[in-house]
Amino acid sequence: MSERVIDILVSSFPQILVRGLLVTIPLTLISFALALVIAVLCAMIQIADIKGLKQLVRFYIWIIRGTPLLVQLYLVFFGLPDLGIMLPAFPCAVAVFALNEGAYCAETVRAAIESVPKGQLEAGYCVGMSYVQIMRRIVLPQAFRTAFPPLSNSLISMVKDTSLAANITVTEMFMTAQRVAGRTYEHLALYSEVAVIYLLFCTVITWLQRLGERKLNAMNGGNVIRA
Amino acid sequence: MLEVTGLRKAFDGNEILKDVDLSVEKGDVLAVLGPSGGGKTTLLRCLNYLERADGGTMTFLGQRMDMPAVTRRQAAAYRQHTAFVFQSYNLFANKTALQNVTEGLIVARKMPKAQAEQRGMAALERVGLADKRDAYPSQLSGGQQQRVAIARAVAGEPDVIFLDEPTSALDPELIGEVLEVIRQLAEDGMTMVIVTHEIHFARHVSTRVLFMDEGRALACMPTEAFFQEQKLERIQSFLRSLDRKEG
Repeated sequence: MSERVIDILVSSFPQILVRGLLVTIPLTLISFALALVIAVLCAMIQIADIKGLKQLVRFYIWIIRGTPLLVQLYLVFFGLPDLGIMLPAFPCAVAVFALNEGAYCAETVRAAIESVPKGQLEAGYCVGMSYVQIMRRIVLPQAFRTAFPPLSNSLISMVKDTSLAANITVTEMFMTAQRVAGRTYEHLALYSEVAVIYLLFCTVITWLQRLGERKLNAMNGGNVIRA
Repeated sequence: MLEVTGLRKAFDGNEILKDVDLSVEKGDVLAVLGPSGGGKTTLLRCLNYLERADGGTMTFLGQRMDMPAVTRRQAAAYRQHTAFVFQSYNLFANKTALQNVTEGLIVARKMPKAQAEQRGMAALERVGLADKRDAYPSQLSGGQQQRVAIARAVAGEPDVIFLDEPTSALDPELIGEVLEVIRQLAEDGMTMVIVTHEIHFARHVSTRVLFMDEGRALACMPTEAFFQEQKLERIQSFLRSLDRKEG
C-alpha cells in the first residue's frame, strides 16, 4: 500500500466514522424503534382479529414486502413531491425505513406471540386477569424472548440498509466514503474502509444481542421449557 | 352453592355435552369420573367459562346466569370466586413460583404487594414449596409445578376449585405428592370439582361422584353409594375394567 493511500485512509477514517455515529446510528435506532411500535401494533391487531383494521394491516404488509426498499425510498423522496408532499431527506429516510422494517418485524412479533401456549392466556383468565393485563404481563414478555434473536437480525440488516439513504441525499457513512473515493479515485481502499466500519457496528450489535439474550434467559429461569 | 341445569355443548355439530345437570354444595368434593372422551374436561371448562356452553343455566351463590349469554365481565366477576387447575399446570413461564401465586392477587384484585406476598407464601407453605419461591417453572418438576398451580388456586380464597385431571401429565412417582396436597385441601373443607382417573383417590377423598359417559351424566350421587350400591350396568363395567387394569 502506498503512503498516499495510507494517508487517505487515516484522514478519512474519523470523517466516515463520525458520519456513522451522527447519521447512520441515529437513523437506524430511530427507524428501528418506530418499526417496533408499528410491528407490535400490527401483530396485536392481527391476533385480536379487529375487523377492518386487520385487512388494512395485511394490505400494508403485502405492499411493503412486495416492493424493493430502494423503490420505496425513491417513491417517497422523489415521487411524493409531485403530490405536493415534500419531506427533508432524513425524516423521509426514517419514515421509509420504519414502515419497511415494521412490516417484516410485524410478522416476527406475530409468530412469537402465537408461539406462546394458549394455556398461558387461559391461566391468566382463571386468576381473574383481563386480556390486556395478560398480554402485557404474561404473553408479550415471553413472546419478546422468542422474538429477540430474529429482531436482532433485523436490526443488523437495517444498519447496512441505511446505506441506501445515500441515494436520497442523506449524507451518512456510505455517501461520505463515496465522496472521498470520487475525489481520490481510491475506490478499493475507501469501500474496504467503510465496509470495516459497518462490520464494526454490526459486531457491537451481535455482542449486545448475546448479552441481551443472557439477561432475558435469566428472567425466564433458563431456557423456557414448555410442558 | 353451584347448580347447573341443562348444560349443552357441541363442537362442529358434534355433541360433547347433552343436558348435564349437577350441583355442588359448600364443602363438597365432587369427583367427575368416566371413560375418556365422555365430556369430563369440556364440562369443567364450561363451568369456568373457558368454553362457552350452547345451553344451560348456572346458579352460583344465589345468582342465576344464562350460560351461553354470559359476558366477558360476568365471567371475570365469577372467576373471582373460582380457581382452575390445569392438566398441564399452565404456570406463567416468565414468573417465579411466588409471582405465579401473587400475580392474580396483585393485578386482578389490586391487593397491595406485601399483603399478596404474605398470602402467596402461606399458600406455597401449604403445598410444601415455600423454599422454591424464587424458582421459575422450568426449574421445577412436574409435581412441583402442579403444586404451585394449586397454591395459585388456593391463594385467591375461591369458593370452589376446578381441577382438570391434575395428575394425568405426571410421572407415576410424582402423582402421590400432588394427590396428597389435594387430599389435605379436602380435609380443610375446600369445595372442589375434580376430573380424575385416580379411582382410589376419588373413592377415598370425594364426597360425591358424577359419572360422565358419551356426554351424559349417568349418575351423580354420594361416593359411598356410587361404589357400593352401584346398579347401573354401564358404571359397573367401567369400574370392573379399572379393577382389571390396576389388579
